[in-house]
Amino acid sequence: MSGGRKKLVEVRNLKMHFPIVGGLLRRQVGAVKAVDDVTFDIYEGETLGVVGESGCGKSTCGRAVLRLYDITAGSIKIDGTEIGKMSQTQLRKLRPTMQMVFQDPQACLNPRMTVAAIIAEPLEEHGKLSGKDRLNRVYELMDAVGLNRNFANRYPHAFSGGQRQRIGIARALALNPKFIVCDEPIAALDVSIQAQVVNLLEELQDRFGLTYMFISHDLSMVKHIADRVAVMYLGKIVELAPREALYTNPLHPYTEALMSAVPEPDPAIEARVQRIILKGDVPSPANPPKGCNFCTRCPKVMDICHKIDPEFREIEPGHFVACHLHDATMPKTRTSADQTGAAPRPEHIQQGENA
Amino acid sequence: MPDGAVPVLDVKNLKTVFRTRAGDIHAVNSVSFSLKPGELLGVVGESGSGKSVTMMSLLGLLPSPPAEVREGEVLLSGRDLLKATPEGLRKVRGREVGFVFQDPMTSLNPVFTVGFQIMEPLRKHMGMDRKRARDRAVELLELVGIPDARRRLKDFPHQFSGGMRQRVMIAIALACDPKVLIADEPTTALDVTIQAQILELVKELRQRLGMAIIWITHDLGVIAGIADRVAVMYGGQIVEHGPVREVFADAAHPYTRALLQTVPKLREPRADKLRVIEGQPPILGRQPTACPFRARCPHVFDRCHRENPPRRPIGNDHDTACFWNHRTGNPI
Repeated sequence: MSGGRKKLVEVRNLKMHFPIVGGLLRRQVGAVKAVDDVTFDIYEGETLGVVGESGCGKSTCGRAVLRLYDITAGSIKIDGTEIGKMSQTQLRKLRPTMQMVFQDPQACLNPRMTVAAIIAEPLEEHGKLSGKDRLNRVYELMDAVGLNRNFANRYPHAFSGGQRQRIGIARALALNPKFIVCDEPIAALDVSIQAQVVNLLEELQDRFGLTYMFISHDLSMVKHIADRVAVMYLGKIVELAPREALYTNPLHPYTEALMSAVPEPDPAIEARVQRIILKGDVPSPANPPKGCNFCTRCPKVMDICHKIDPEFREIEPGHFVACHLHDATMPKTRTSADQTGAAPRPEHIQQGENA
Repeated sequence: MPDGAVPVLDVKNLKTVFRTRAGDIHAVNSVSFSLKPGELLGVVGESGSGKSVTMMSLLGLLPSPPAEVREGEVLLSGRDLLKATPEGLRKVRGREVGFVFQDPMTSLNPVFTVGFQIMEPLRKHMGMDRKRARDRAVELLELVGIPDARRRLKDFPHQFSGGMRQRVMIAIALACDPKVLIADEPTTALDVTIQAQILELVKELRQRLGMAIIWITHDLGVIAGIADRVAVMYGGQIVEHGPVREVFADAAHPYTRALLQTVPKLREPRADKLRVIEGQPPILGRQPTACPFRARCPHVFDRCHRENPPRRPIGNDHDTACFWNHRTGNPI
């Protein structure tokens, strides 16, 4: 599916480490490896879903890709331009092409600014539009996200959570960006409102040819919106694959466990689901285990996992995984999951029926 | 579930109002439900639907003012809790009814050890001495799956992870062998793999201890996995109630049906476009005189604007508050 398409975002070996300082001299005594050596591409017009549990580094990864941080190491190319080492002044000129939608629509809107002022702010900062054109553009954006123009002079508190998220989306769209990082845009919303916002994002993508990096902990929603999905665990991408491949044939034991843990709103399916219950908690990213990051909780752990960190490799076209279970698998020759010698995949429903 | 068993908890016609300067908010409107021994009742609804307020009203946990429980009966083994004195209620809370709240960080006291907090109800309610309470606390922590329990009694809440803290909360709630456990969004703040651990624990504890549980959540998936019966709340009312399989397979209320369609399903083929429920939930400024869902309902007709539909039976222990017949697609 990725054949001849243009790569809009290319991330190579991205590291984002936050220093831990201590002692009298405030020397660095360690680092929180929030994002540790991740590599991925995002193709033009697609949605890359990034899933993982809290603390896995998915939000940091999204922010680092937009250079909201000064990254520790690695390269980020957006539309062919290397921004990994750019200064913030240089970056400012490129900001219009890359925007962000934040998680908490309450916190990311200034309560003292009207909706019109919030949406117009990026236009004032970057645009050349005069007063009247600017207001027209604001109205246009409000129409695009389904907000009533008559409310342009109201303040954020007068809006519901879903509407506030629409304001945030309108602001992100103001400068005609190509690439938008959506950091848990629906996590703070009610179930019946989530679908409204997701449908809006999809509609805007079709209309304006947007490319999304969609960060979420909701695997069901990511399955709906994303074309390809990256699964993160403790600062690393453990698996990256096209949506269907990942959800029907997860190769990494963590992906399997994560998916089996998702409750299904259907009692008939729930009764048959084979849950993989992981033991314990996620280790601290300041002190990750030796070898594979997942070795402390992995139900299929082997000796090698405690010693060597598995390489992130392409096992099937477009399907990357970092796991020693697939070490023996030659890239692109695998035809069925059984050849790996791993335990049977949790094809939950089928397995349940046999049981 | 033994049919016809005497309910441990029977709530009838509960009404709770918040009196604010901007006027009254009718948060709970004539809510009735019952809970049989050993049963797990799931309560689903979106924020503001009145599910938490209902449960807090039962035990007098709402600050008054502004809250006022106007009407109703809350019968716990036949005794009306709304008529109980504050002193009487204090004996019920933690002793006969255990409570687990959503956020395990804010509901544990950060300046006391976990051991102290588990032993507190044991010493207050059960009159245990320090040593017996400590032994029981170790037992409880082991019951909820915390390793190295005796040593961890001396730890403070911040030394536990989120999932472990929620286990501690469950241990405290179970300390005095309550008849009823009320769990208010206990897994909402947790990650899915940790949520799966807690759900597994609750299933196991239910079998071993046989208490009745009310589980409040907005996650239909969680309900599908653990509940025997489900009550769907909207606008401060129960709009549909029934055995969990029946409600999910044959949902009668347009709100329940829409809610089930808006959530994407992990184990089913992807839908092209998500179904949405247009509009916003109501603000309950007045005593409802019409159906609270009428503004968002695809099947609305004139009667819905005039009357608030009462709950009517539509199957075995299954009822809905709607004037529309989901089987014929016509008004009743």
